[in-house]
Order: sequence, then structure tokens, then C-alpha cells
Amino acid sequence: MMKPDALLSVRNLSIDFHLRTHVLHAVRDVSFDLKRGKTMALVGESGSGKSVTARALMRIIDKPGRMTGGQILLDGPDGSVDIAEFKERSREVLAIRGGRIGLIFQEPMSSLSPVHTIGSQIVEAVRLHRRVSKKEARVRCVELLRQVEIPQPELMADRYTFEFSGGMRQRAMIAMALACDPEVLIADEPTTALDVTTQAEILDLIKRLQDERGMAMLLITHDMGIVAEVADEVAVMRFGKIVEQGPVDDMFHASRHPYTRQLLDATVKLEGGAAGRALPASLAPTFTPVLSLRNLTKVYGAPSRMFSRGSSRGLVAVDDANLDLFPGENLGIVGESGSGKTTLGRMILRIVEPTSGSVTYRADEAASPVDVTALGKADLRRYHEDVRLIFQDPFASLNPRMTVKQIIGDPLVISKGMSGRAVEARVAELLGNVGLDPLAMERYPHAFSGGQRQRIGIARALALNPKVIVADEATSALDVSIRSQILDLLLDIQKQLHLSFVFISHDISVVRYFCDRVAVMHRGKIVEVGDAETICTNPSQPYTKRLISSVPNPDPRNKRMLHRLRADQV
Amino acid sequence: MLAYVAKRVLYMIPTLFGMSLIAFMIIQLPPGDYLTSLLSTMADGGQNLDEATIARLRAQYGLDQPVYVQYFVWIGGILTRGDFGYSFEWNQPVSTLIWDRMGSTLLISLASLLMVWAISLPIGIYSAVRRHSFGDHAFTLLGFIGLAVPNFIMALTLMYASYRFLGQSVGGIFSPAFVDAPWSLAKLTDMLSHMWIPVIVIAMSGTAAMIRILRANLSDELSKPYVITARAKGLPEHKVILKYPVRIALNPFVSSIGWVLPDLVSGVTITAIVLNLPTAGPLLLRALVGQDMYLAGSFILLMGVLTLVGMLISDILLAVLDPRIRFN
Repeated sequence: MMKPDALLSVRNLSIDFHLRTHVLHAVRDVSFDLKRGKTMALVGESGSGKSVTARALMRIIDKPGRMTGGQILLDGPDGSVDIAEFKERSREVLAIRGGRIGLIFQEPMSSLSPVHTIGSQIVEAVRLHRRVSKKEARVRCVELLRQVEIPQPELMADRYTFEFSGGMRQRAMIAMALACDPEVLIADEPTTALDVTTQAEILDLIKRLQDERGMAMLLITHDMGIVAEVADEVAVMRFGKIVEQGPVDDMFHASRHPYTRQLLDATVKLEGGAAGRALPASLAPTFTPVLSLRNLTKVYGAPSRMFSRGSSRGLVAVDDANLDLFPGENLGIVGESGSGKTTLGRMILRIVEPTSGSVTYRADEAASPVDVTALGKADLRRYHEDVRLIFQDPFASLNPRMTVKQIIGDPLVISKGMSGRAVEARVAELLGNVGLDPLAMERYPHAFSGGQRQRIGIARALALNPKVIVADEATSALDVSIRSQILDLLLDIQKQLHLSFVFISHDISVVRYFCDRVAVMHRGKIVEVGDAETICTNPSQPYTKRLISSVPNPDPRNKRMLHRLRADQV
Repeated sequence: MLAYVAKRVLYMIPTLFGMSLIAFMIIQLPPGDYLTSLLSTMADGGQNLDEATIARLRAQYGLDQPVYVQYFVWIGGILTRGDFGYSFEWNQPVSTLIWDRMGSTLLISLASLLMVWAISLPIGIYSAVRRHSFGDHAFTLLGFIGLAVPNFIMALTLMYASYRFLGQSVGGIFSPAFVDAPWSLAKLTDMLSHMWIPVIVIAMSGTAAMIRILRANLSDELSKPYVITARAKGLPEHKVILKYPVRIALNPFVSSIGWVLPDLVSGVTITAIVLNLPTAGPLLLRALVGQDMYLAGSFILLMGVLTLVGMLISDILLAVLDPRIRFN
């Protein structure tokens, strides 16, 4: 008998969540096949049910959720078994979890226990499915760590997760998932929280391990770029249903379903596709910058503490940064995590005190320059009316106990001393500006989606008619379609209000779309500044080249990451 | 690790010094001194002492010295000879009085602490894992009752029940027959039959609070990604929960020693008075009322030390339990 093509077949899988008020059909009638050695990408926006589907394959479904129907057929030497038929806590399911199906997922920071060593967690996984002694398991663990390219695996096995960087943790997580040579690997947004360069490395690693072992992979992602680079087949999920599936090339070049096309259109591309607006006239060198940073430096942990060991000179987060922001300009700051871009943004606002250097602010052409680093408390407050911040996390940056009116009106009340009707009128106007219904102002943030919350955050930043907005990863937490909406909204607002943006992001495609000029940061230093077009298509610095070449390209016919430049090549 | 412990111990020294100062200042705060309160008691009884006798007594007790001299005499005695001073009221050295009382206080406190843990750990885990189940609601109700009922009412109720239905002698730690008897098996049994009431009463509110803390912490941890990782390995559910989230939810549990210990020691005062327990609380109260300054000061100081020791123990346990603390 020939082995059937599909290793794992999902047939008509349905999952309901019994909530207090209603039943949510999180997954409806989903069917797909995973083939040996092939990668199936499940794409969709948050809440589309893709993670729930993936975890259901291992029968891990969170509390109010229940499988209501369908089959999960896993092919094996003794014919196929239906995972859906077993009890959730049965021995059979436990043997499949980790034994035949491995799982890696998004949060490299919290998906491993912080109080157990990496080694002990991997050894545990090995010993759950293999009858081996602790010693043998340990040998296996070191071997696995070596396979995922962790340097000095014997040493690293005894380290704790918090001693690892994000990329290293994800490698350790992969090692653990592969501990017992599973036939199916579920990768649930495995690289979402990582930098582009790390992402490219991790995807390479997963791909290589998959090829070596002939594993079937279910890759869950919202990033069409990754799909194009890695997947063989694609299924698009929306509202718990698969709306379209097929080979990757067809999906990108001949998709039929409007939602698929909408997703693809929303994917901002690195090449071309910039916002297509005229560069502001102010970019001419005759204009004076609204903000000038000169020799700005931040050193953390300078040796002044009592018990500091050795004579380390502290961590240099930002090293001698020089930048100008011109009126009406969008200046992007890109870099990997830890490159100092967030610290730089915060020093502009003096939320973080610079160790040395200066920030000069000029409200307009006629105004005399203000040295921000020397401002007193009252003056700094006035400065903060002009230069405002938009945060990354739309969930954590809004006080859940304040209504939208209070949140947006707060700066008005504090700085302008407005009250009552005046606040209400201004809040309504601002909500209109960001495309929300003014009637929403009496509601609390939890009633809004991520994108809507980010709009509220933007309205708050706009409340005082600022001149400059520092947006720190303002779109990173959003789904692709929402992301492009927010970017367009920001561009729109800029046109109306003549704002300047400092746009900090690790996502180069977004920066490309949004910014006029880009500054590339690496290890605290600004390595290159130039206009967005040049930086993204023809960078001159080796680091920038490497960074740009690691960005996944949303076109399966033109995979970029395979040809990317590695650290050792530049 | 050793360096960490050593550092902690070193940090304790200035804290202890500050505490001894504050303890001494507190007992000096009320106007007058032991003699004033002694005289007023005697005057109530119709006795009067002449000026010379009073002055002689004052000199004898060292009360005519300036406050800082009194402090240094007191603290010097403790540091050099382990001499905590002399209790005016009891006519005994403070140390003999205190060790006796402190011993029984510690005994009851530790027994209560163990009971708090023994009960709240399993219930807390159950409540978190089966959140909003019938059992959880039942324990929550019991817990809140435990928190809400004042200790002395509970003590009185249990005393009544124990006397009325079990026919036991209640109050104190021993039956009258055993108080001065040497240790024996019979004395131990007698002690246990007395101990359960104070232990239950004292442990009750602590247990209720601890269940709530553990439930809240564990509920947060249960939805963390590393729990799913553990499940995805194929670990059976009970092991998943005990090995990973419970381990991390234990942190506040362990750090609770720091505040539970002094809380138990000082919180038992009312219960101890009601139950007539020979613990530190009632003695401290009398010492304060009678302005028996060395006795009161030494008690306050020792409680401070207990608090610090509790903190130290909990810090060390935390460091053992959580590498993140150990490494920072």
C-alpha cells in the first residue's frame, strides 16, 4: 500500500467558545492537509482562529473552548489515528503532544519557564517520550542545542532563559519542540517578536531542520512576506473559516477571494509602494530644522553605584547621535532591538535624561532655538505640549479606568485648563479627525479593538496641536490591514496639521512607506541617514545592506531571504 | 549565593540600629517614667513616699540620667552581656522573662504559619485551577468569613465549644497540672490538646488572605505561554501545573514569611489575652501600660529582630526558588 500523501488531515474541525452571553464559533468547518516535508501557512488577522486551530491539533484548547466536531487524522505505521476521538487528558494525546507533534510559538520571552534551566526543560521533554536515563537525555539535549546553532551548548544548557537573548530563546524553544523528533511541527508566529535579521536566521534554521527531518510544518503567521518566503501552501482564515487555500504561487498571483487580495494589498512592500506624496518643500537645506540632536549620548549604569563590580563604563545605549528633523518631515529610525532607537526617541522628549549632548527645539522659523536638555520643569511641560508621543502597545497605553473622553481630554485639562463643554467639543473634533464616532467618548478603552485604541492614542497625542510627534513602534502591535489604515491616517493628519514625525520602528517596510528620510541605528550608533528611497533600495553601509536584505519579500517568485547577506559576509 | 546572604546580613545591621533607637524612643514618648506610674498606683492605695526615697529610687533605676545615656546603658548591656535590663514591675531581669514568653510565642506562631501554608496551598491551587467552580466559590465564602470574623470571637467560640462538648480544660498552653511539670509524653499531649485552639484562631485570617493571594497569582500564571509549552511537551496536566505555574506563584507565598511572622507575633495579642496564653503580647501590653521601659523596649526590639529575620529567611528562600533574584 502506498503511503497516503497527507501526514495529518484535518476534516471539518469546529471549535466553539461558550462565553457568558453567547457562543462564539471560533473555528468553523476547517479542513486542510499537512504533507511530509512541506510547509502549510495558515494566515489571517488576530482573532481569525488560526492559533486555536493549530493548538487543537494537540488538543490544547483554552478553558471555555470546546471541540464540537471534526476529525484530526494523523497517519502512522499502524494506519491513521483520529486525535479528535481521544479524551483531552488521555495517555494517547499526551504521547502525541511533543512526541509526534511539536509546537513553537510567539513569545520567546515568556514561552519558557524562567525558573528552570534551559537544559532541564529540554531534558524533561526528552524523558517524557523516550525511555532514557538522565545522562543520555542530557547528551541529547546538548546535541539538540548544537543543532539549533546555540554556541557552547554544554554551557548554555545550564543557563536560565533570562540569560538568553530573544533569538536564542526561540532557538532553545525549537530545540525543545524537536526533542523527540516529531513528524509535525506547528510554528505559531515563531518570529513575530524578533528583529528582521534574527527572524531571517530563525526561519532559515526552521527550514533547514524541516528539510533534514522531512517534517510537515504548519506555519501560522500574519506576515505575507514570511509566507512568500517559506510556505508551499497557504490557507487564509477569516472569522474562523478558511476562505481560500492553495499553492503559494497561486495565492499571491491568482487569488480569487477578495479577502486574500485585501490582505495582500495591505502588505506594504519594500520596493516601490511608498506613500507617494510629494516631499515637503522644507527639506531644502535652507530650512532650519524643528529639532536638532547633537552628540546625544546615553550611558546606562554608569559606575556610580556602591556595589558595582569591576570598572565597567556602563552600557552605551545611544552613542553620539546627530540628527535633524525638518518641519513637515517624517523621519524614520530603524534598527534591531537593543540598537538604542527607543532610548533615542525618549531622549528627544527627555523622558530619559541624556548623559551628554543637546536637543535643540525651534517651534517655527522665527522662534529662537530652545535647548531642551537645559529646560526647567515648567518649560519642559510647555515643550511637551509641542512634542508628543504615541506608544506601541494600544492595550497598555490607555488607562482602563478612564473613559475615552477623559483619556483624550486629559492633556487639555492639564495644560490648557479647559473644562466642561469645551473639552467635550474638542474631544469630539479629535475623534472625528482619527475616524472614530464622537459618540464613543463615553465608553471605556476595553470596548475598542487594537486599531481603534491606537486611534484613541493618536487623538490624545493630537489634542494639544503638537508640532512634532514621536511614534515609537506605533503600528507594530497591529494587524496588517489595520496597520496600513493607521499609517494612512497619520499621513492624512500630517497633511492637515503640518506635523513632523519621528517614526521609530523595526519594520523597515513600514518605515519605507511612511517616511521621507531614514536613520539606521546599530548598537547605539546612527550608521546611515538618507532618504527612504535610497536607504531601502541602494544602501551604502554594510549593516544597512544586511538589514534590508533580511526583510522578507511578499512575492514567492522573488524570495529575497535566500540571498540575504549574513553578518559574516559583510 | 553566599555573597548574597552575607550582603543581606550586612544590610541588617544599620536597620537593627535604627530599630533599637525607635524602640527606645517609643517607650520614652509617654510623659513620666516607671516611678511616676508606680507613685500614682501607690497614691491610689493611700501610700506616699517622701522626696528622698523617690530620688533614691530614681537614681537606683538610672532614671535620673539623660535619655541618651539610658539608651547606651541599655543597648550596651544587650550587646556585651546579653543583658536586656531589669524589669521594674516583675523584679526580674528582662531576659529571663522574655525568653520564656518568646519561646511560646514562637512556638504558636510557627505552628500557625505551618497551618496557614498547609491549608492555603492546596486550596489556593484548587481555587485557581477550578476558578468559578462550586468548590472555588465555597472556599472563597469560607475564606471571607475567616477574614471577617474577629479573632477574639473565634477564640471565645472555640473555647466554649471545646469546654462544653469536649470537656477539655481551655486557656493557656498547658493544663494547670502540667505547667511546672518536666517535659514528658503526657505533657506534650496536653500541650497539643491546648494548642489547637490558638493555632486555628491565629491561622484563620492568615489562611484566608493567603488563599486569595495564591489564587490571584496562580490565575495570572496559568495563562502564561510557558504553561502551554509544558502542555505541548506532553506533560500530564497535574505535573504541568505543579511544576511550572505553581512554582512561580510561590514567590509571594514565600515572601509572605516576612510579614506573616511579625503579624502572627503581634497579632496574637488579643487572642492571647482572651485565651490566657503565656505569649509575648499580653506581657508587652502590661509593660507598656506600666511604663516598664526595659521590658517594653526589649520586646519591641525583639519583634523588630523577628521581622528582620523573617525578611531574611524569605529573601533567602526566594533566591533559592527563583534564579532571576539570585542572579541580579
